[in-house]
Amino acid sequence: MDKRLADLASAVAPITDGVAIMIGGFGSSGIPFGLIDALLDQGATGLTVISNNAGAGETGIAKLLKAGRVARVICSYPRTPGSIWFEKRYQAGEVALEMVPQGTLAERIRAAGAGLGGFLTPTGYGTLLAEGKETRIIDGRGYVLEKPLHADFALLRAERGDKWGNLSFHATARNFNPVMAMASRHAVAEVRELSERPLDPEHVVTPGIFVQSVVEYRVRP
Amino acid sequence: MTVLNANTRKLNALSDAELAARVARDIPDGSYVNLGIGKPTHVSAYVPEGREVIYHSENGILGIGPKPREGEEDIELIDASKRYVTAAPGAAFFEHSDSFAMMRGGHIDIAVLGAYQVAENGDLANWATLDDKFPPAVGGAMDLVVGVPRILIMMSHINRDGTPKLLKRCTYPLTGLGVVSRVYTDLAVLDVTPGGFRLVELTHGNSLADVQAVTEAKILT
Repeated sequence: MDKRLADLASAVAPITDGVAIMIGGFGSSGIPFGLIDALLDQGATGLTVISNNAGAGETGIAKLLKAGRVARVICSYPRTPGSIWFEKRYQAGEVALEMVPQGTLAERIRAAGAGLGGFLTPTGYGTLLAEGKETRIIDGRGYVLEKPLHADFALLRAERGDKWGNLSFHATARNFNPVMAMASRHAVAEVRELSERPLDPEHVVTPGIFVQSVVEYRVRP
Repeated sequence: MTVLNANTRKLNALSDAELAARVARDIPDGSYVNLGIGKPTHVSAYVPEGREVIYHSENGILGIGPKPREGEEDIELIDASKRYVTAAPGAAFFEHSDSFAMMRGGHIDIAVLGAYQVAENGDLANWATLDDKFPPAVGGAMDLVVGVPRILIMMSHINRDGTPKLLKRCTYPLTGLGVVSRVYTDLAVLDVTPGGFRLVELTHGNSLADVQAVTEAKILT
């Protein structure tokens, strides 16, 4: 088995118009900038982007928004310093927003990867973000039924990978990357170092079964 | 620093640094604490000598250390406010669903959050205003308030336009219902009790009548 690919372009080649893509990252860390740039060159459009933030400045997801490739954003925190492209597209009605509390976002993604039909969470109970959702009272406490969140593709950033697709991460760049690997039909990881030797099994964070291809991208942003 | 109330009488108001120091005094030794974005991030700088407090950040770090020295910043080691941080001795990194299990699962002792509005029944509004032009941003706030037993609010007592933030009922969309334990403002410290806001202390030099005049909710003594 060898999941290594020679370049970023081959990694994003299977992505087609209108698909749902999970993109790892939180703030500036753990974002697959190389894969996002390759996706921009590749041209797929009408995308649903599932990520914690909606890009800042002129990099990452903001580039996709600027180029008009994104139809819908599912995220917890679109409004960050410099999120001008999201705000521009949102205010013009060019991009739809589904706002999900951050822990619910992570758990919906995890539920999809773990084969669950959903879960009951107290998060958001009684608020606007629970409107229209089923609720249950368990032992006197209110819960909201949240459904799994699947995607066609995931674009991930990891520190190290091997040819089996095993991944390890650096510091807070881990964030959503491991759960997104699980929840997507086809997960692609850019790694700062593609190791010639297998990763130490004790240090593997995301097992290769969740990853379909790995490509080296040495640039650390 | 002074603020003007509706009667244009001058009130004594704590600076942001003084307010952070006031909150920090109430963080016990050995606590696991989550600090929200904005003013609350400054609390860690004022925890009294001799106390060990372990700071959690939703993006996957437990044990935030001091700010890195200039030139030693790591773009992949940041906190929830997207500021560069370091890892303290004993720190751990983890992925997002684990991070929110810590929050929702009741493992964090205290969260310090900012607020747009707090109501006398403990309702909190801090993620959306009624202004359609600005996309809302919920982040991890809804998960924190349902899972962390002690929610401390740190905010200015009144809005810039002089309108009150401590209300009988919130008018903005809620983050959580009946979740606030205590409110620290530049003018006073108040506990949320079954009967409403109860005065803990006034900023030196202010009378209860002065502070009540800029508070919509009744302050109990």
